[in-house]
Amino acid sequence: MFLRFSQILLIYFLLFSYVESAESGGMPQLNPEFWFSQIFWLIITFGIMFILLSKLILPKISENLEVRKAQISENIEAAEKQREESDKKLKEYEQLILNSKNEAKNYFNKAREEILKDVDKKRESLEKEINEEVSKAEKEILDLKNKSPEKIRKIAVETSSDLIKKLIGVEVNNSSISAIVEDVSRKTN
Amino acid sequence: MASNPMYQFNVYRIGPEIKLGEVDLSFTNASLFMVFSSLAVLIIFNLGSKKNSLIPNKIQLLAELSYTFVSKMISDTAGSKAKPYFSFIFSLFMFVLFCNMFGMIPYAFTVTSHIIVTFVLAAFIFFGVTIIGFIKHGFGYLKLFVPSGVPVVLLPLIVVIEVISYLSRPVSLSVRLFANMMAGHTMMKVFGGFVISLGIVGGWLPLGFSVALTGLEILVAFLQAYVFAILTCIYLNDALNLHH
Repeated sequence: MFLRFSQILLIYFLLFSYVESAESGGMPQLNPEFWFSQIFWLIITFGIMFILLSKLILPKISENLEVRKAQISENIEAAEKQREESDKKLKEYEQLILNSKNEAKNYFNKAREEILKDVDKKRESLEKEINEEVSKAEKEILDLKNKSPEKIRKIAVETSSDLIKKLIGVEVNNSSISAIVEDVSRKTN
Repeated sequence: MASNPMYQFNVYRIGPEIKLGEVDLSFTNASLFMVFSSLAVLIIFNLGSKKNSLIPNKIQLLAELSYTFVSKMISDTAGSKAKPYFSFIFSLFMFVLFCNMFGMIPYAFTVTSHIIVTFVLAAFIFFGVTIIGFIKHGFGYLKLFVPSGVPVVLLPLIVVIEVISYLSRPVSLSVRLFANMMAGHTMMKVFGGFVISLGIVGGWLPLGFSVALTGLEILVAFLQAYVFAILTCIYLNDALNLHH
């Protein structure tokens, strides 16, 4: 900064000390010989440049910039729209999955209940059958049990009469034998 | 004569002498570099605006960045009312910038190192801004010289100072650019002369200085163009939005 300032001071000094001797050399800037030429050509060149820039080139650049801006904002808008749509689709999809899960659960529960009901029914009927069979068998056993002493007695009487016949060769009255057998069996009992 | 550091600022005729009555309007080396600068601006920005692709190429990017740079500078300093003057300030900035930058090429002529050129530009801006101010605000524009919140006793003094500072605007604007350009180029020429006169033994130090100064001068060339444009914006702001 100081360097720049001292330079400018030097130039001011040069400027003012050369003012009087400008035409004899010194600073060419103060020689008015070509001042009008410079002004003339400055106006022409700057004027042409200004007109061409302001009429042709700058509007085009500004249009380019605006077109780009519009295009970018349009693209951003479209992207936003698509994102919203995809969000919506995602929600729909999630809802769909939730629904189908619920449905599957329902089906499963229903099927389980039905099966359980069926099993219960079958078991009940089976138990009933089994009980019937058991009671029947028990009855048979009881019958058999009740009938057996009579049969044993009969067999005993017959065998003992046969035995006596073979041993002694005497016919014995069946009724007496049965009385004895009855007596014996009562004792063993 | 070539060792004179001021020799580089000489203007000489190129081609035939053109005279309009008594006035010499010949084409000179200064005119040549004005043509170069404006042509360079036109070519670069024409190329930069020709094709409009969504992703700009290098030259289009350059043109668009310059456009947004200048338009931001104007809207920051002078507000949205200054939009109609955009193309003038843009042309001004680019013209001064390219003249300054062309001056950095060895043996080239620096258009902006001549007080008459910068003064014509500054005077045009000064008159333009003053006319705009009077058109927008009528005689109310004179309120510019009466800042609010100043004690009445001091008012006469302040008004005189304000008027002088307003009238010295074109002088300060033109001399700032011209003096910076001339000083830089003179310094470089002086150091360049030292390199030759001190020879192979002692010439290295001024050579280094010359290299450093070249970098500095490129910075100054940009900075002065920017300052010129931004001061124009500030003056325009005074004329458009009148509040001190």
